[in-house]
Amino acid sequence: MKVNAEMEQQSDPIVKFGNVVKRFGDFTAVEKASFEIGRGEFLAIMGSSGCGKTTTLRMLAGLEDPSEGTIYLDGEKVNGKATWDRDTPMVWQSLALFPFLTVQENVEFALKMRGVGKEERRQRAEKWLEKMQITEFAGRNINQLSGGQKQRVALARALVTEPKILLLDEPLSALDAHLKVRMQSVLSNLQKDLGITFVYVTHSMSEAFSMADRVVIMSRGKIEQIGTPEEIYHEPYNRFVAEFLGSANIFDGKILGPADTGGWQIAYDGGETVLPQNELPDAHPGQTVTFIVSAENMRLSLPGSDQSGIEASVVGEEFIGGTAMVFLETTTGQELKVQKSHDELSLLNLHAGSRVVVHWAPESCHVLIGENV
Amino acid sequence: MGNENRIINGLLKLHIAFCLLFIFAPIAGSFVFSLNSDRFPSLPLGEFSTEWYRLIWEDSLVWQGFANTLVVGVTVAIIATLLGFGGAYTDFRYNFIGKSFYLALALLPPTIPVVILGLAMLAFLSRVNLSGSTISVIIAHGVMCSPFAMAIIRLRLSQMDPDLEAASWNMGGNQWQTLCFVIIPFAKPAIFAALFITMAVSFDEFAVAWFVSGLNETLPVKILGFLQGQVSPRINAIGSLAFLSSMTLIILAQLLLRSPEETKS
Repeated sequence: MKVNAEMEQQSDPIVKFGNVVKRFGDFTAVEKASFEIGRGEFLAIMGSSGCGKTTTLRMLAGLEDPSEGTIYLDGEKVNGKATWDRDTPMVWQSLALFPFLTVQENVEFALKMRGVGKEERRQRAEKWLEKMQITEFAGRNINQLSGGQKQRVALARALVTEPKILLLDEPLSALDAHLKVRMQSVLSNLQKDLGITFVYVTHSMSEAFSMADRVVIMSRGKIEQIGTPEEIYHEPYNRFVAEFLGSANIFDGKILGPADTGGWQIAYDGGETVLPQNELPDAHPGQTVTFIVSAENMRLSLPGSDQSGIEASVVGEEFIGGTAMVFLETTTGQELKVQKSHDELSLLNLHAGSRVVVHWAPESCHVLIGENV
Repeated sequence: MGNENRIINGLLKLHIAFCLLFIFAPIAGSFVFSLNSDRFPSLPLGEFSTEWYRLIWEDSLVWQGFANTLVVGVTVAIIATLLGFGGAYTDFRYNFIGKSFYLALALLPPTIPVVILGLAMLAFLSRVNLSGSTISVIIAHGVMCSPFAMAIIRLRLSQMDPDLEAASWNMGGNQWQTLCFVIIPFAKPAIFAALFITMAVSFDEFAVAWFVSGLNETLPVKILGFLQGQVSPRINAIGSLAFLSSMTLIILAQLLLRSPEETKS
């Protein structure tokens, strides 16, 4: 939240997309994208494959030209400006290191293309090799390196020109889980050290949420939501985002009228609940609403206790580290997810087919605004 | 391997042995007789002799033919490799309407019977006053050899990660720089292989050269002339040398075309 407030105050963003559209023939890859990226911000663009995230990044790099709209980079309109005239280095998913050059030559490449002299090239490359802790591999061939070492070469090669912005296209997708987490902290620290802007494209929520200051969620070429990881996680804008994040239960309901305890009384498929007033400031009775309750805010009771809620039966469980996700099905067939600690679950002694009552506190509900606009 | 059939294996080995025998026995025979003192190739062999090599060494006609072959071969190799690279890079880099037609046309020449190609070349070149000279052989061989160069370089480029080119642009290399510092270094082994193969093809080519060379005959055309005049073991000597030089070029090309991992280390 705090980071976001800072970003909004910033009057001089490094990147500004204004109604950018990209079409490939009949296919629209990016539709009316408008957003800004602040200086020194770590922005992640997230979505499933084909959502337009990579096309967005490639337009910023100058590898694709927008069909409509304008892109400003560092205050300059860059539509039609060739990628070799921009300083927007990219770290590629395939890494795209040159196999016929040594590590040192790979890192020097961008400087060589810019006509930097031999001696200066060597010095600047050595500085980055050192920074990425790969000095000892300087003379090696690319195919003699491990995945993590190649990753570092790719970063050194991209950063050697000391750009104001670094673009990353799923650079960690080929690494195993352990190395991935290690490289995530390398990237995070690097970005903080350098203070430059990182634009990071990924399909992985854990990568985006653990590193980024702000996350852009895209689907089918459209931006669904932009916000800090906390905002997106706790207050998804619409059903797509809520489903994409995967840990929220979504309910469709209708406002019955003011509740006795304050807020609004809502009827939904399977029961009634209360939504807080502040979630629905301009509502009126009869209006339909969609709200979510995240899996960790759901509570479980055994039937027979006087707790009111939805009745459901257990379908199965999935272990997630110290907690478990319990999958339930209501009598009307709606699927619910409840995340609980193992201790709490063992008290309930659940097994497939067990009947339970699911309930939640009104304040843990969040109304999806995007659903009604 | 438990699932190998001995009979099939044996037959396959026999098959290969026969193939190699039919290909190499005549060549080996000509090599043996080139070092034999007898006037006619017959058994039993006479004495060991380098007489025939000495005779061709002193024959100015052979030297002339060899010089023509060399000039044509080297020039053709360079031209064909340049054209082949252009064709292969166009295929790698661009998508356009009619691309399959373009590729079919570019790779067509080796499928045309050489006699027809030779006749057509002669008809065309004489019309534009280019027949009967070394240039005409170079043009004709250039047409025949470019598809080989293109095929070799195209195969290499198809093994290239397309992101490499974009990565070079992204790091400030314009299209020319990227061509010089990324595409050509990547394709280098294939470029050299194409040079050697096209040179070998041009060295050995007879039919088209016979049609268009006029008085500037290349060695294979000269050999036909010798054969028509008199049967001499000198032919064996020339044949052995031609075979050795062609094989050298082909082997060099094969070494260059080994998988990149092998050539790296």
